[in-house]
Amino acid sequence: MEEKVIEIVQRYSGDKSYLVPILQDVQREFNYLPKDALFSVSAHLSVPISRVYEVVTFYKAFSLKPKGRNQLSLCMGTACHVRGAELIARNVEDFLGIKEGDTTADLEYSFETVGCLGACALGPVLVVNGEYHGHMNIAKSTKILKKLGKKVATDDEQD
Amino acid sequence: MTSKIKSFDELKSVQERLKAGRDPKKPCITICVGTGCLAYGTRKLVDNFREELAKRDLTGKIDFRTSGCHGFCERGPMVVISPEKIFYQRVGLADAGEIIDKTVLNGEIIDRLLYVDPQTGEKYVHEDDVPFYKKQTRLVFGQNSKVDPESMDDYLAIGGYSALGKALTGMKPEEIIQEVIKANLRGRGGGGFPAGLKWDETRKAKGEPKYVICNADEGDPGAYMDRSLLEGNPHLVLEGMIIGAYAIGSSQGYIYVRNEYPLAVKNIHIAMRQAREAGLLGENILGSGFNFDLKINRGGGAFVCGESSALFASLEGRAGEPRAKYIHATHKGLYDKPTNLNNVETWGNVPFIIEKGADWYAGIGTEGSKGTKIFSLVGKINNTGLVEVPMGTTLRKIVFEIGGGIPGGKKFKAIQTGGPSGGCIPEAHIDLPVDFDELTKIGSMMGSGGMIVMDENNCMVDVAKYFTNFLVNESCGKCVPCREGIRRMRDILVDIADGKGREGDVELLQKMAQGIIDGALCALGNSAPNPVMSTIRYFRDEYEAHIKEKRCPAGVCRALITYSIDPEKCTGCTLCAKVCPTKAAGGVKKKAHTIDPAKCTKCGACRESCKFDSIIVR
Amino acid sequence: MVNLTIDNRKIEAEAGRTILEVARENGIVIPTLCTHESLEPTGSCRLCVVEAKQGKRTRIVTSCLYPVAEGLTVDTKSERVMNVRRLVLQLLLARCPESAQLKEMAAEMGVGAEPRFTPDKDNVKCILCRMCVRTCEKVVGVSAIGFSYRGTEKKVCTPFQEESATCIGCGACAYICPTGHIEMETTKTGDSRTIWGRTFKMATCTVCGRYFAPEDQLKYISRTADVPLENLAVCISCR
Repeated sequence: MEEKVIEIVQRYSGDKSYLVPILQDVQREFNYLPKDALFSVSAHLSVPISRVYEVVTFYKAFSLKPKGRNQLSLCMGTACHVRGAELIARNVEDFLGIKEGDTTADLEYSFETVGCLGACALGPVLVVNGEYHGHMNIAKSTKILKKLGKKVATDDEQD
Repeated sequence: MTSKIKSFDELKSVQERLKAGRDPKKPCITICVGTGCLAYGTRKLVDNFREELAKRDLTGKIDFRTSGCHGFCERGPMVVISPEKIFYQRVGLADAGEIIDKTVLNGEIIDRLLYVDPQTGEKYVHEDDVPFYKKQTRLVFGQNSKVDPESMDDYLAIGGYSALGKALTGMKPEEIIQEVIKANLRGRGGGGFPAGLKWDETRKAKGEPKYVICNADEGDPGAYMDRSLLEGNPHLVLEGMIIGAYAIGSSQGYIYVRNEYPLAVKNIHIAMRQAREAGLLGENILGSGFNFDLKINRGGGAFVCGESSALFASLEGRAGEPRAKYIHATHKGLYDKPTNLNNVETWGNVPFIIEKGADWYAGIGTEGSKGTKIFSLVGKINNTGLVEVPMGTTLRKIVFEIGGGIPGGKKFKAIQTGGPSGGCIPEAHIDLPVDFDELTKIGSMMGSGGMIVMDENNCMVDVAKYFTNFLVNESCGKCVPCREGIRRMRDILVDIADGKGREGDVELLQKMAQGIIDGALCALGNSAPNPVMSTIRYFRDEYEAHIKEKRCPAGVCRALITYSIDPEKCTGCTLCAKVCPTKAAGGVKKKAHTIDPAKCTKCGACRESCKFDSIIVR
Repeated sequence: MVNLTIDNRKIEAEAGRTILEVARENGIVIPTLCTHESLEPTGSCRLCVVEAKQGKRTRIVTSCLYPVAEGLTVDTKSERVMNVRRLVLQLLLARCPESAQLKEMAAEMGVGAEPRFTPDKDNVKCILCRMCVRTCEKVVGVSAIGFSYRGTEKKVCTPFQEESATCIGCGACAYICPTGHIEMETTKTGDSRTIWGRTFKMATCTVCGRYFAPEDQLKYISRTADVPLENLAVCISCR
């Protein structure tokens, strides 16, 4: 992990002003920001760990927890909101049993809501593992979730 | 393009050569691959076209171009066939072969792919005749459909970088600034501050180095014109920035772009590399002795970073907290050095002003707001998309003539402009000519140009709650009025929406709003109460209905509504029973169904699925 | 030197100083919660706002940051100003209902709690004035504590809310905290103190034998000021 962080820091010539892009690269490498990696960034960039922690927790793009194998993001831009995105968010939350911003305990699913994706014509938009699904509604979102292989609670009970 | 262009004359000959190499009569298939169209799966359509062309041995014989966003996002995937400019919309992913065989090779029109005006039922063959395009003035945005964003040759072939050549070889920096001042170009990012005056201040400020920055941290939900410009025509934005840097006397610039815009980041990277290789960026640009280079910085996902001092903090590697600005950024900005920050669209206007002159530019628009403005027209509107019109165009023209009105025969209720800091404009003001000053006068603002249309099914308390909640999540938390005040306003709005509103809440919200407007540290906080203020101003009766009658007239606020089924309309098709997650909806097949209010969670699945409009929400 | 008016009093002041500094030197009281003479102002509490008129333009400005200028007219108690201060205090009272300092300040200004704001339970007494964080970074120089998250979630803590390896236990943050939110506990014998979840062993004075400073703090001073540790082994009273 240390070597990877050093490599990324060197990519930016150890310039402190690139803290945000460096952290973005570290996150891309590990899928989240492991604590040890942050201490390495702090050491090799000579930025106090308290500052690194402040930046990581300030920006929404960073995650201190591993993300799920399936990543769902629902656009909550205004255009999507006026077309009922909130009802879909509730449906996804209820289905997965997690709140927006969380990951299921089995690390299968992460669900987040995001600001405008700029695909307003398709609103509401649900992005599933990078793929856009437009004109989303409650029934369609349920279908997508089922298709992703999430076993409904009743199946689990039968196991 | 690998050799460096060393002078304006050489640039002109390169442009001529590229132009001459292009036969305007040669058939060309253009496909929009902006983010909106890609979301329809257009990438696959592009592959299909390439494959079908290869199968017919037509690769190279027929030009094939992928371009940035054309703006008519509602109708993607979109294909335009030149030279006739035949316009196909909602093209199926398997339609490629048919389009080549029928239209490109035999001039036959495929009827089902033509655009039909939803209001008049009229059918259109040519792109230029489609009302959505015809009624716009696509000055800045129009080039998007003419260039492949990854091809600098495309940009040069339409005369790109001529303005830069003219500026570097024929104009003194002061002359350029005077031209921009005379054109009265005002900042498109929201503030509307005259760009020329800003440039002038930065040029005259003491301190080195000087920075120019392009603000591409487009955060307003429902606004995406900056992204579409940056990803669709990156060289235009670059050209504007290089001209600005020369005028200001800056050798280092930054583009601060939202992390959610990966395609824009990719395309601007490609454009910068091409411009460097061609000697249009870097050392000794066009042999003029002027040096300027750029760096790209991706934002970390914080709306507040659109605010200049927060953007600087982010660029310096810190959390995006604004500072009080009693010394302008033009004197003390990034790293406390003189800094000129303009947004994407503002930079995109610059080449046109230099190329065609301030007098020509100032001939477009209104007294106080010159040129055009790109709006993103979204929400309850038939033609969702990006619309560029001269300043001063009325809301009515934008919504009904270009936007094609409200879908489903619903009634227009309001249009929200200016993003989370803007306001909701009611029908009474639909004939308002849209410019910086008129919008401010009626309690909204231009912002970056988002226009969200709402119909009778949208609740204005819910809209105010939505924006206020957005700002609660985006407040940096530095100052008390914004951090604590906005969330208290949100809590009151939640209470009102939940039927727990109290007499006096509206007055309290207004009093708090004034305190936050006066007391907050930065523009985010100062303008945060606007959505609440404007909805109270124009839709106070809706607040009263929620508070006094515990009723949501639009049928949105969940705590105040109940779902039932109209037995007259219900056919007993059982679909509602199938989609209902709590088995609240049900009944005997082919007989009117009912909803058990005790089990109903008001999730809306039944209403969404009912084909007979029989679900009643009150 | 520039000439300005504050609350109808003509005042001559050095250019470049802030309205707050000049007002205080002239006995004009402006309330603040986030300023301290040893720290740069940040303008985060917003209590110190005043109404400033320059030429034809009147606006609300932050007196701890706004520099005085020739011809400036300042009103420190206008209705607009008082409306902001009242709101700020009511918001802070709702955030930190336990804080005696806030209650006292509000009572002095005749501001009562706004009944429509439900008091918070979880912020204890922190008003996010930022003084502790700035002291730790700028005065002490260790940056052991910092901010985390943003908006309503923002709080002051050590990284990952765990024991900080860089903290030297000096207690400067607790000393400067205006509301007593930061707690520092010292054992009865004085042999150790606990702050931010970490316990520090105290060093004894080689002369009087009393516990006087955390060992980590002495090591830090020795290292940064390049003074041998044994030169720091005597407490202030015995020096």
